[in-house]
Amino acid sequence: MNIPLPLFVVIPLIVAFLLPIIGSLGGKGKSASTLLANITVLVLLALSILSLGKSDVYQVGKWTIPLGINLVLDGLSVLMLVAVSVVSFAAMLFSVKYMEQYTAKPKYLSLFLLMVAGMNGVVLSGDIFNLFVFLEVASIASYALVGFGCEHEELEASFKYMVLGEIASIFVLFGVALVYGNTGMLNMAYISKSIQQNGMNPGLTFALGLFIAGFGLKAALVPFHAWLPDAHPSAPAPISAMLSGVLIKTLGVYALARIIFNVFGLSLPVAWILLALAMLSMTVGAFLAIGQRDIKRLMAYSSISQVGYIVLGIALGGLIMVKQQNIVLASLAILGGLFHLLNHSVYKSLLFLTSGSIESATGTRDMKKMGGLTQRLPLTRATCTIASASIVGIPPFSGFWSKLILVVAAVQAHFYWIAALIVFVSLCTLIMYLKLQRYVFLGDLPEKFKKIKEHRGTMLASMVFLAVLCVFMGLLVISPTLKAIVLDPAVRVLIGGLRYSKNIITISGM
Amino acid sequence: MLYALCFLLFMIGLYCAVVKKNMVKIVIGIVIMEYAVNLFLIMLGYRTGGQAPIVGQKDIAATGTELTNAFINSSVDPLPQALVLTAIVISLGSLALMISICIRTYEKYGTFDITEIRRLKG
Amino acid sequence: MKGMTVIVKTITSWVKILIFLFGIYIILFGHLTPGGGFAGGVILASSYILIMLAYGRDFVEENLSLPAASRIDCLGAFSFAMIAILGLVFGGSFFVNFLFQKYLPGQPLNLVSAGTIPLSNIAIGLKVGASLFLVIVSLSICCKDFRPGTSVNKKKE
Repeated sequence: MNIPLPLFVVIPLIVAFLLPIIGSLGGKGKSASTLLANITVLVLLALSILSLGKSDVYQVGKWTIPLGINLVLDGLSVLMLVAVSVVSFAAMLFSVKYMEQYTAKPKYLSLFLLMVAGMNGVVLSGDIFNLFVFLEVASIASYALVGFGCEHEELEASFKYMVLGEIASIFVLFGVALVYGNTGMLNMAYISKSIQQNGMNPGLTFALGLFIAGFGLKAALVPFHAWLPDAHPSAPAPISAMLSGVLIKTLGVYALARIIFNVFGLSLPVAWILLALAMLSMTVGAFLAIGQRDIKRLMAYSSISQVGYIVLGIALGGLIMVKQQNIVLASLAILGGLFHLLNHSVYKSLLFLTSGSIESATGTRDMKKMGGLTQRLPLTRATCTIASASIVGIPPFSGFWSKLILVVAAVQAHFYWIAALIVFVSLCTLIMYLKLQRYVFLGDLPEKFKKIKEHRGTMLASMVFLAVLCVFMGLLVISPTLKAIVLDPAVRVLIGGLRYSKNIITISGM
Repeated sequence: MLYALCFLLFMIGLYCAVVKKNMVKIVIGIVIMEYAVNLFLIMLGYRTGGQAPIVGQKDIAATGTELTNAFINSSVDPLPQALVLTAIVISLGSLALMISICIRTYEKYGTFDITEIRRLKG
Repeated sequence: MKGMTVIVKTITSWVKILIFLFGIYIILFGHLTPGGGFAGGVILASSYILIMLAYGRDFVEENLSLPAASRIDCLGAFSFAMIAILGLVFGGSFFVNFLFQKYLPGQPLNLVSAGTIPLSNIAIGLKVGASLFLVIVSLSICCKDFRPGTSVNKKKE
């Protein structure tokens, strides 16, 4: 039996609205609300894993499309759902202890779940306006969470993030309006059908440009990246993990891929634009990251560079598909991009969680003031090293496989310079994470850190959970059965391109 | 032509949000952009001399197809209005949050000028 | 803030009831006439805001319970989601109008004719009214008792 899809959105929403009520009941209510929030994310994780490999179209309120709202579950959505659930589970587990230093914990949990609901909604939505609504839910919750500490830096970062994020949302809304004006539809499948029948016109092209700008702002691709290095470090550590790990991917990369591949259809210029943006983000992000002294800021810049990798994989696949008509190679490149997306959401959230652990132990984020923390924080060091090795691409870890696939796809498609760029940016990544290891964990231990202790319990459990995933994620491409369940359906969705609309319309029985 | 005016309003808002240095003015610019898009949506659904898309007593009484068709042909498109309503609700939420962040920032820094609020760099 | 003059206070004490009633009317008749949960909720909130403007915010803090408003806020959203879930339980899909014509028959254009829609409108009205009131109050007394993110919960019309 298929799981009713709105559950993914409704469960976190309901719990999010219950939590402030429970939390206001006093001390017991607070721990109960924490427990409830943890159970919720666990349930979401179980549901998303159960729905792996399925596909479904759900018509809300039994209104048939294109009249009603529909939710679509296909390979790509499931992949994103699993990523969101895994990272939110780890971050929630981490925040049980970590958020003790802030006041108003029930509100934090409530906003957290609201953000999860918004992201699940974005991933599942089969309706372009609903996508905008859920995008706004997730981003408004994230603006509030970035400014949660209410200190100087946090407010400033939150304002910056908010202004840029709102402008991005308005761009998306404008795009939706233009699409509605030109096709008379809001359902993605029917928009796609209408575009296939009537072709593009200037209005739709303009809308596509607005979508690229809007979702690019959300994904922090390089010309639009200014908010990310401020917003991500300022948030509490679990929220940085969520923002860097999944938010920029669901709101940015996923939405971009869905709109371009499945709704508008790929064309050569669009693929080149995406490729250019991706390469720019990769190099600029990596260069800017090397110079940073703040741990979280370094990781944030490295996120920009890694999102570049993901978009590069997807855009390269699109380019190969349009230009050389080589489906096998294109699916290889897209597989690399999507696998990198999954990997990055795991190891980047792990890195941010370790940074949170370091910060709560030492009280600073400045790398120059640390050193020798291996003695005091051995397990944090171990997980951080695993994550760093993974992000750099050292063989047994997950990051290696996705980068290898990207390089192989680029070489086979005769884009040698792209392959060289991938390897070069990997080297830059190696430099920045060696720098992190060197300044934070090696060297002499400063006098004032002699007494600090590592946090045990849930914080450590979530980090170890993600580290274990980091080690074994490589199995997803090595083992054919796992690959067939998790990654292949997602790749097929993007390769299928405009067949999306036909699939949806036949599944929904129209 | 009218659409061009909408676009002009949008650009004014964008200019205001990008160029102005006062935080409150930036917020106002964003709100102008939002309303330009809302206006655009409403105008998409408008038809000259159209009537409000509300089913009244006389439309119910006449179940015949002629009157129904006449109603459909003369009313404006209700969907953009629903979209605008939702967009307004969302913009209300984000506006409240933006204003509250402005107020808190003013408490901390004592100024609304974003050129003076620069603790973060890089 | 002490509040305004006697004239304003007196008129407010009359007008607030009318505004409140009008808000309830807009919510209840939302499925028949223009209006609905959001518009009605805003009107409800505006009656309280009028009280706050006329009598001063200290009066509001003493006589109206802000935690209760916060609870109503959450309760409204919660019941809206529950109506959707009841649709799944009784009708087989989310947001199915399971009361429509089956349990609550009614002629079109009567008050009881639209199944769950008025219920959802009431839930949204509670939510919007309480949260908008909270937003304005917390913006006006932010120096003392301001919590970020109390009011950013989204309302879906």
